[in-house]
Amino acid sequence: MEDQDIINEFLIESNENLTRLEQEIVELERSPRDPALLASIFRTIHTIKGTCGFLAFTALESVAHIGENILSQLRNGERQLTPQLTSLILETMDVIKKELASIEATSKESGEAYEDLRRRLTLTFDEVQGGVKGTPGAQGQDAPRQADVEPAAPVAAAPEPEAPPQDAPPPEAFTKVEPEEAAASPQAAAAKGGSIVDSTIRVDVALLDKLMNLVGELVLARNQILQFNSRQEDATLNGTAQRLNLITTQLQEGVMKTRMQPIGVVWNKLPRVVRDLAASCGKQIQLEMDGAETELDKSIIEAIKDPLTHIVRNCCDHGIEPPATRAKNGKPAQGRLLLRAYHEGGQVNIEIIDDGGGISVSRVKQKAVEKGLLRPEQAERLTEREAANLVFLPGFSTAEKVTSISGRGVGMDVVKTNIEKIGGVVDLTSRAGEGTTVKIKIPLTLAIIPGLVVNSGGERFIIPQVSLLELLRLEGEAGKKQIERIHGTPVYRRRGSLLPIAYLNEVLQLPAANSDSDVVNIVVLQAEDRQFGLVVDAINDTQEIVVKPLGKQLKGLTSYAGATIMGDGKVALILDVLGIGQLSGVVSESHTQGRADTGKNEMSHQDHQTFLLFRAGKFERLAVPLSLVARLEEFPQARIERAGGKAVVQYRDQILQLSLLSSMLQDGETAVENVSDPAQVIVFSDGKHMAGLVVDQILDIHDESIRIGKKSERKGLSGSAVIGGKVTDFLDLPAVLQATDEAWSTESSSQPQSRSTVLVADNRSFSRGLVRNYLELAGHPVLEAVDQPDALAKLDRNEVGAVVISRNLPSGGAKRLVEQMRTRPGLTHIPVVALCDSSEELGAPDSSHFDACVERFDRNGLLQSLNQLAAALQAHELQGSPELMGVRR
Amino acid sequence: MNNVTTHEAAKPDIGKATDSNRQYSTFYIGDLFFGIEVLKVQEVLRYLEMTCVPLAPGVIEGLINLRGQIVTAVDMRRRLGFSKRADGENPMNMVVRSDEGAVSLLVDEIGDVLDVTAGDYESAPDNMPKEQREMIEGVYKLDGRLLLVLNTERVLQTQPLN
Repeated sequence: MEDQDIINEFLIESNENLTRLEQEIVELERSPRDPALLASIFRTIHTIKGTCGFLAFTALESVAHIGENILSQLRNGERQLTPQLTSLILETMDVIKKELASIEATSKESGEAYEDLRRRLTLTFDEVQGGVKGTPGAQGQDAPRQADVEPAAPVAAAPEPEAPPQDAPPPEAFTKVEPEEAAASPQAAAAKGGSIVDSTIRVDVALLDKLMNLVGELVLARNQILQFNSRQEDATLNGTAQRLNLITTQLQEGVMKTRMQPIGVVWNKLPRVVRDLAASCGKQIQLEMDGAETELDKSIIEAIKDPLTHIVRNCCDHGIEPPATRAKNGKPAQGRLLLRAYHEGGQVNIEIIDDGGGISVSRVKQKAVEKGLLRPEQAERLTEREAANLVFLPGFSTAEKVTSISGRGVGMDVVKTNIEKIGGVVDLTSRAGEGTTVKIKIPLTLAIIPGLVVNSGGERFIIPQVSLLELLRLEGEAGKKQIERIHGTPVYRRRGSLLPIAYLNEVLQLPAANSDSDVVNIVVLQAEDRQFGLVVDAINDTQEIVVKPLGKQLKGLTSYAGATIMGDGKVALILDVLGIGQLSGVVSESHTQGRADTGKNEMSHQDHQTFLLFRAGKFERLAVPLSLVARLEEFPQARIERAGGKAVVQYRDQILQLSLLSSMLQDGETAVENVSDPAQVIVFSDGKHMAGLVVDQILDIHDESIRIGKKSERKGLSGSAVIGGKVTDFLDLPAVLQATDEAWSTESSSQPQSRSTVLVADNRSFSRGLVRNYLELAGHPVLEAVDQPDALAKLDRNEVGAVVISRNLPSGGAKRLVEQMRTRPGLTHIPVVALCDSSEELGAPDSSHFDACVERFDRNGLLQSLNQLAAALQAHELQGSPELMGVRR
Repeated sequence: MNNVTTHEAAKPDIGKATDSNRQYSTFYIGDLFFGIEVLKVQEVLRYLEMTCVPLAPGVIEGLINLRGQIVTAVDMRRRLGFSKRADGENPMNMVVRSDEGAVSLLVDEIGDVLDVTAGDYESAPDNMPKEQREMIEGVYKLDGRLLLVLNTERVLQTQPLN
């Protein structure tokens, strides 16, 4: 019997050859006459057949032989490739694979004779054979080359004439035999070797793993030496240690590179998969691959093989529609599946994009609720993206029937788990009717990572740097106060958004540090797409650490990702950021999140406002908040008429009065008619009244955060600020409107007005001024306060009817003010309206502290709220009820 | 050490290569005397400082650094239902091989390597506490004492964590 080594060699090579053959066959379907492809395919199967015979795997050899004959017909142009033929060839290859597996397991063939396949192959072969110039040879061997050297009868399991060289032939013997057989193909030798280029060498993966381990150990030892070295004064030692450091780093990089393989290695199996699936589903799918040369560590490649295949299968099975459906929707009958891979920011991005039907968000939500994975009201609150990602929940599948391919509902969640196991993230976006994109992000390296060393509860832990966003340090009493509690959860206000806070020692059930320390250290972490802060006792330095897996007994602990050995020889645990987040409850497992947590990747649009920029008279750059603008219109001069001495125009069943802004802002009368034709008009409306301001030119619309606001003493202007990089004057709109028409000065509401004093608390003078304007226009006397203590002081000293407060006062001032007001007898009844920066904040749970929430520049909303609250207050007072404010929760 | 009906004292047959001779590494927990097949034992060490693993099952005492390898240490006293070790008493490490690599068993004291004969082998006595009996494969009756053969696989199976 043969040497096991030779058989192993044979198995490796044959498997490689088969994989390549599969790819080539599928490619051949697309370009059936490509001679290079045909030649390559023929060579490959010829090689397989030859070595099979050499090793006395006769059944295998005979199957391969007939296959080869058919391929030869193809190559000679004696027949054309049809889908049926392709399927037959692929089936033959499957059989060969099966036999190879059997040989691998038992060193023998399986013993099956594959009669049916052989019969079909022979029949297929004979179809064409009959019509061709007859070649001698009972078994229809057509290529003269073959006749020379064909040693065995293809069908019968006769003893091989090649038996003699069998006694332990070295692998080189294959190369010697081949050139004799295939006289005209010297490349056969090279094809046998699998890769053409001599400058590569085949290395056992186990050996590479071993090297990687050793390098890991070296890194640890280097860390220890460096630590020891830092305490030594000897110059030679220092120098040598540094050199060791340098060499180790380079060695580490080099060894990691050896383990890198192009992702094409995984992708090259997919053309066949897609083809088979498409055929069995009756769909047409074209597979494109972009970035197959992107390199990944071998262990990562192993880990993503199955997930990728599953995602691709899903696309074919569920994503891409049948040609008829596609045609009906105006899409090309052939669906497109694009695989893309590229490096970005220390990670590998893999995208699977299809132009199929997309994911029906409503169906997904429905299924989730049906399966009890979600409550109906939770499903309501999901964004489109969150809903699409529901498919990753265990037990989920919207497939109406379970096919052998997919639909069992176990696929996508396993995909997600496997990807997360290697530290990656997967995300799904979909556009109904247009297609779906699955994006996977994986870190480049697994084994050696930079980590931050922290202390908690007397123990030392490592946090992987890849999850680390920021370090925060809160000092003193004021610092401690910055951690507020919302619904019992500690949170910290970080640049306008709320960051949930967890205490590491609590999560791990360790003793708390002695609290005489004045400092709170927070590590801001990212887990998937959520962020949270972790309070630790101390933060040390960053180190490169070798990740070692934990033993089986500890693998189930979600809080740890592994362990490492530190420079002082002691073991330290590496935290699993997502696990810690889940354990502490700050990162919920469910897919619905309270809107209070805006720790997503959206930038906090705290200060952003949309402004309309325009030019009027000598004011080159004027701005007004877009939210106040009703419409922008152009009126040809011909339409402008005169009534009551003022310029008017017939507009939407009303008479719109036009005023020339420039003449209002600067003295000197200019007639509206003398401005441009057509006249540029900004129309303002408060529901009852409309006014048109004629300007010289509408410039732009800017979404901007106000950085510098300066008040202005000029009439008609409320101040100036920088917008779009240029200093811009802001229109004092209420004043201007009032000047155009007295009617603006009274409120549109018919309810009795409360002209009580309103306190406006806002740290930003600019927006404070603007709000003041609205209120004064409406007849309210206004007091201003810059922050919460100031507001409180003014409340104490003055009779105030209502408080308008900016929700985002620093240090949680808004909430604090409300709390303080509630505790003071004279102030409890005063309604508080909060100004919010975005519509999302309006609905946030902690908005319930306030009596009402309106958007910052929503003048109407603000005035209406104040009126409603005042009316309610009056009503309650009349009833004598101490309980106030129906809106207060 | 319960009622042992002593058969003829089985003297360890050193040098006589019968196929039923075995060698065991032995150790003490409390006053119980245990043995593990010598081939399963990688090494025996004095006490090593351990890193504790918060939230781990109680039997896991911690992790040790064994020449660069991170080895889980299982406290045998806890595993067998014994009381906690007294303060100041440090356990010894008996590092055993398992499917997933080395695991260290923390024991009170290390004993000698003993040869035993198959003839002295019996299954565990019924009057042993259940907890301990589960961890034992069988016993060898030696001179005046019982050698309890530890079922290493069972010992290393810790409860699944919730």
